[in-house]
Amino acid sequence: MIDDNKFTNQKFKLVGKRVMRPDGVDKVTGRARYGADTFAPGQLVGVILRSPHAHAKIRGIDIRRAEKLKGVKAIITSADLPDLTDGDGELYDILENCMARGKALYDGHAVAAVAASDAKAARKALQLIKVDYEILPHVTDVDEAMGPDAPIVQPRVQPKGKSEKPGNVAGVTTYGHGDVDVGFETADVIIEKSYKTEQVHQGYIEPHACLASVGPDGHGELWVTTQGQFAYRNTCAALLGMDISQLKVTSSEIGGGFGGKTHVWMEPVALALSRKANRPVKLVMSREDVFRASGPASSTSIDVKLGATRDGRIVAADAALRYDGGAFPGPWGEIGAMAAWACYDIENVRSVGYEVMVNRPKVAAYRAPSAPMAAFAIESTLTLMADDLGIDPVEFRLKNAAREGTRASYGPTYGPIGIVPTLEAVKDHPHMRARLGKNQGRGVACGFWFNFGGQTCADLAIGVDGTVGLSIGTVDVGGARASMSLIAAEELGIPYEQVRCNIADTASLGHNDMTDGSRGTFSSGMATIFAARDAIEQMRKRAAKTWGIAVKNVSWKDGKAIAKGKRKSLTLKELAEASPNTGGPISGHSQTVADGAGVSFASHICDVEVDPETGAAKVIRYTVVQDAGKAVHPDYVEGQFQGGAAQGIGWALNEEYVYGEDGCLQNPGFLDYRIPVCSDLPFIDTKILEIPNPNHPYGIRGVGETSIVPPLAAIANAVSDAAGVRMTHVPMSPPRILAAIKSSGGEQALEN
Amino acid sequence: MPEVQFFGGLRDAVDGAESIRVEGTTVRELLKNLSREYPPMRQRIEQGIAIAIDGVIYRDDWEQRIPEGAEVGLLSRIAGG
Repeated sequence: MIDDNKFTNQKFKLVGKRVMRPDGVDKVTGRARYGADTFAPGQLVGVILRSPHAHAKIRGIDIRRAEKLKGVKAIITSADLPDLTDGDGELYDILENCMARGKALYDGHAVAAVAASDAKAARKALQLIKVDYEILPHVTDVDEAMGPDAPIVQPRVQPKGKSEKPGNVAGVTTYGHGDVDVGFETADVIIEKSYKTEQVHQGYIEPHACLASVGPDGHGELWVTTQGQFAYRNTCAALLGMDISQLKVTSSEIGGGFGGKTHVWMEPVALALSRKANRPVKLVMSREDVFRASGPASSTSIDVKLGATRDGRIVAADAALRYDGGAFPGPWGEIGAMAAWACYDIENVRSVGYEVMVNRPKVAAYRAPSAPMAAFAIESTLTLMADDLGIDPVEFRLKNAAREGTRASYGPTYGPIGIVPTLEAVKDHPHMRARLGKNQGRGVACGFWFNFGGQTCADLAIGVDGTVGLSIGTVDVGGARASMSLIAAEELGIPYEQVRCNIADTASLGHNDMTDGSRGTFSSGMATIFAARDAIEQMRKRAAKTWGIAVKNVSWKDGKAIAKGKRKSLTLKELAEASPNTGGPISGHSQTVADGAGVSFASHICDVEVDPETGAAKVIRYTVVQDAGKAVHPDYVEGQFQGGAAQGIGWALNEEYVYGEDGCLQNPGFLDYRIPVCSDLPFIDTKILEIPNPNHPYGIRGVGETSIVPPLAAIANAVSDAAGVRMTHVPMSPPRILAAIKSSGGEQALEN
Repeated sequence: MPEVQFFGGLRDAVDGAESIRVEGTTVRELLKNLSREYPPMRQRIEQGIAIAIDGVIYRDDWEQRIPEGAEVGLLSRIAGG
């Protein structure tokens, strides 16, 4: 069957090779076109006016002076984006986030937008727009927002299933099984600890950017940096009242997304400006805009209680996880609750996720969203417990690790999974035997991510010269074009260089879900296999027609149709050349729901050195061990492992949204919000495990997200080991480490 | 008749039940019958849910067959990055 997704343990000739990436030359020579790198005749410059207040009622917006300014072609407010959401709460949240509707909910919230013939006129017009604000009390801290007297961020949002007065907790979700109270009664040791993590940004280098054009006939086009051109099309069309077929969205090259480009931010505004001005509008966020008004991950506050017997068996585990969603309800606390204990086999387990609204930007997904913070709290407590019991932390984790047949803390029973092999690989890794120096410490931690698949399409067109054009609909954020070309070449039996993979626009291919959830290689890989097999069926038919024999007597091997029992064959190239006279173009197509994505586990080892005088921590060695199912292109897989670890190192040690007393963001730029640079990072060693996913023909699992889950905890365990004091607040910036050392009286011990 | 377990917030849509027996040999049949018996579940299904069958999670494949004696669970559909 062409579309059978079961793993077959196929032997590969190309898959697994480290071939040249097809987008490499364009990217290093500057030819690659990103979100801001396209132009249209008569295009205007779009700019957005943003609230300078954390929370304010908008009593009025006066655009009269701005409208009269020379060069100004359109000004919009929320009045130009009427509510067409028809009771869809999530869509309304997106609409309100794109443009404030009566209230500015955070510092940076859009309140109006201008399209003008040049940037100078556009910026001048912003200065001429007068907004009458009534400043309201604000709250930016997740714990304070849950207090009884906290300002209410969104009075329209009622706590789910409750009739009490509005608060800032939009939802509470509980996962787990067994009875934790009974479990704790059987524990020899119980450890309770509270943790906090600060808000971080995905830190993609390319800011949000788009070119929007809506004509008087209602047809529109959008060129945009995104992780999902189809999702952007559907959302924008819904918000603007367009048929989705009337809006064509083309994804540009993407300069990083990590979840932050799975959500629309200002694209509906650009389309509305274009529609009003009847001209194309380019809108590019500044770095400050990106920080103030797009996609941070949640800040969190987490309590953990862990009980174990003296022999090292966890008997009860409980966690309360409070996640901020920005000024909107989110699923983030629930996802944190689901991921929290997923690595372990625990009889009595509970996790409760809280969705908390604060006066901050709308939270977006960030690579395994919500899982790193939960892992920080859980894995820190596990190491505390291992230390208390006098058991090696790797052995303690192995003793309690989930296995095939374990009931996951979030519900289902696991099939074949890879956490034990990652821990065994950590145990055997030379890194674990390396000696530590003065002021140095080591930490290990595990991480889990769900992975998912979704709706996916692929088209494969064979040219008359025998080369192959492959069109997929998942945006290439981490090597999709190379990996899909490898897969197509493997199936067809032709050289890798003979395949060119393109990312299709929304008018050229059926719907594809976004590149998120680590689904790109899993899903498009499956669709590409099926499309290639469909094309092979066409070529078998053409060969049979040519030879005048039944199709069943033609097989396909090594890029050739072979007649059974006869010494004749036709290569793909020969069939392609003859195609005009054997039935026309040869192509393969696949549309599929790629379900059955296997869950993913990773275990990390980290060494740090802490300077006792400054509190600065430096990661001196780092190792990632992760299950990839099957590494289609190992360079990219290792790159995903290293990238996740690097982002995690920044998150753990430096990155933090800093809000002032006025509720305004104090550090919206890379000078004051410090992501790691090369000199901050050691070489990040990787070890790829390949435990096949039974629900993919090649055994592929997603690899893009899990690698960011363990670093916060691994680094916290290492810093705590080096500093001699448990770190419970991320980022572990120098002042926090110094304060922790001083409060524990450990300066002298550390020096020695 | 499969016994369907409900995880997390989905229990709110079935009067707090941890599990319910529901007719259905495919995901589509099961969800249809569940919606009929528990109207709040209809909205949750429209918003998007996931179904675990013997540990494998399906989100959109409603033609998936539910084998006799399979472990079936419904849980929230999650976001990814």
